[in-house]
Amino acid sequence: MIKDIDKGLLSLITDYHSQDAEAFNIRKDGESIDRRSSKKITISPKAKKNGIDIRIKKGTKGQVHIPVILTKSGVEESVYNDFYIQAGADVVIVAGCGIHNDGDKTSRHDGIHTFYVGKGAKVKYIEKHLGKGTGAGKVLNPVTRVYLREGASMEMETTQLGGVTYSKRDTMAKLDAGATLVIKEKILTEGEEIAKTKFDVVLRGEGASVEVISRSVAKDESYQAFDSLVVGESECFGHVECDAILIGNAVVDSSPRIKARNVDATLVHEAAIGKIAGEQLTKLMTLGLNESEAEDLIIKGFLS
Amino acid sequence: MLRLSNVSYTVDGKDILSSIDLTIEAGESVVITGHNGSGKSTLIKIIMGIITPTSGNIYLNGEDITDLPIYERAKRGLTIAFQQPVKFKGLTVKNLIDTATSHSNNVSDVCDYLSKVGLCAKNYIDRELDDTLSGGELKRIEIAMAMAKGGEVYLFDEPEAGIDLWSFEELTSVFDALGDKTRVIVSHQEKVIATADRIVVLSQGKVDRVGETSEIMKSLYVSRTCARLGGDK
Ligand SMILES: Nc1ncnc2c1ncn2[C@@H]1O[C@H](COP(=O)(O)OP(=O)(O)OP(=O)(O)O)[C@@H](O)[C@H]1O
Ligand SMILES: [Mg+2]
Repeated sequence: MIKDIDKGLLSLITDYHSQDAEAFNIRKDGESIDRRSSKKITISPKAKKNGIDIRIKKGTKGQVHIPVILTKSGVEESVYNDFYIQAGADVVIVAGCGIHNDGDKTSRHDGIHTFYVGKGAKVKYIEKHLGKGTGAGKVLNPVTRVYLREGASMEMETTQLGGVTYSKRDTMAKLDAGATLVIKEKILTEGEEIAKTKFDVVLRGEGASVEVISRSVAKDESYQAFDSLVVGESECFGHVECDAILIGNAVVDSSPRIKARNVDATLVHEAAIGKIAGEQLTKLMTLGLNESEAEDLIIKGFLS
Repeated sequence: MLRLSNVSYTVDGKDILSSIDLTIEAGESVVITGHNGSGKSTLIKIIMGIITPTSGNIYLNGEDITDLPIYERAKRGLTIAFQQPVKFKGLTVKNLIDTATSHSNNVSDVCDYLSKVGLCAKNYIDRELDDTLSGGELKRIEIAMAMAKGGEVYLFDEPEAGIDLWSFEELTSVFDALGDKTRVIVSHQEKVIATADRIVVLSQGKVDRVGETSEIMKSLYVSRTCARLGGDK
């Protein structure tokens, strides 16, 4: 059963009870503590390694929740979850990991997710990462691999708003003809946190398109690296937009790359790094906010 | 009452404003006018605390506010609408109106503020204040924010700029609605200038002339005609 204390951490990842979703798997401190499959969505554990296979039948509409929580200091794990989403399905998948670590050992979760998305299927993938507690080591290294078949679409929303001491996000996608991928990323780092993000998208088929929107705020002494590569191999469209706000002594590296391998590929990249515009702070102060209230509101809006 | 005493502002050895003495009575409506670059916006920003003067003092109702931060002046009733509205990625019109009123407003309240400046609220309430809004829309929202904040002394920096198609009656009715509140309006527009009790003419960072509107309007007209004819004013 799920304890109340775990429910708090879980609700921060999934917003509401995962047990209300038609299919779910809840993982805590290295093991699955609750699971349910439905007729059309089956979840089964892998035989030889950590993780689950999620199979979603043709044409299924529904929701799957697979949150992970780590509550014991020192738990370190790599978990492999594979999603087989058949043609025409239309699903929302909620994942993510909450670490509560008050101890002096490192807690680490590496979630390696692979999505095989069938023809014309639609997936919304929401992933929230967060760290709580006074412990120094809260580490998350998500790996996401996405294979979109003809006409498939996926929208990926990833959020990490503070508390994670180290994260390295690695996302790779290959898109067939007419497939679309939208990636929205929001990151906030503070203290001495480090967050690294890498995107590697290949637009293989004609009419494939990708949009990456990354908004990040780096505060204090934190460090962020953003590294993206979009390759256009056909008549396709790619747009990467990466905005970062710097506060204090934070450091952000952004290395965007776009590669066209076809004369009809249209690839755009926009990147901006800078501190909060002085005139924005000034405007909000003329409305009665002090400087730190103004800063908070600007960040909240920027990451909304 | 707002009083500027011997206010000067110098940047890199260049005098932007020199020894400005000016008293604006409570409830008065004063227009500041003058050539581009004469120092009007700088003066308004000094009153609001956005720019710190090199020397001199500013008093609001007898209190020396020269060293007060912007938000403390805002709390004491100084309210400004910028010449160039500021854009915010991610913040909506409602977010800013809520900030201005320092509480959350329902749709009909926001609607009231926006309709005063000729905007239909439902089309704008959730719009972000970004590049997708036109210059004139941003300017109207800027004025709506000032009205929503409220205050005792309103500072408008070229409120008419960018809203050519907006009838001036609508704009002047915004000022009229301020009733007995003090207002300092920077303007180049005769119809706006005509609404003032007094006019201050700045020239190269100095007060060139101050006087009753009827009197200064005449001299403004004369000096313009002279300038056109190539004579002295
Ligand atoms: N930080 C600065 N550094 C250098 N020059 C400045 C600075 N701030 C203002 N100035 C100059 O001071 C002068 C006055 O500027 P200000 O913006 O107050 O003019 P204004 O009267 O409002 O003009 P406009 O009618 O064009 O709005 C201008 O010549 C401007 O270039
Ligand atoms: Mg100006």
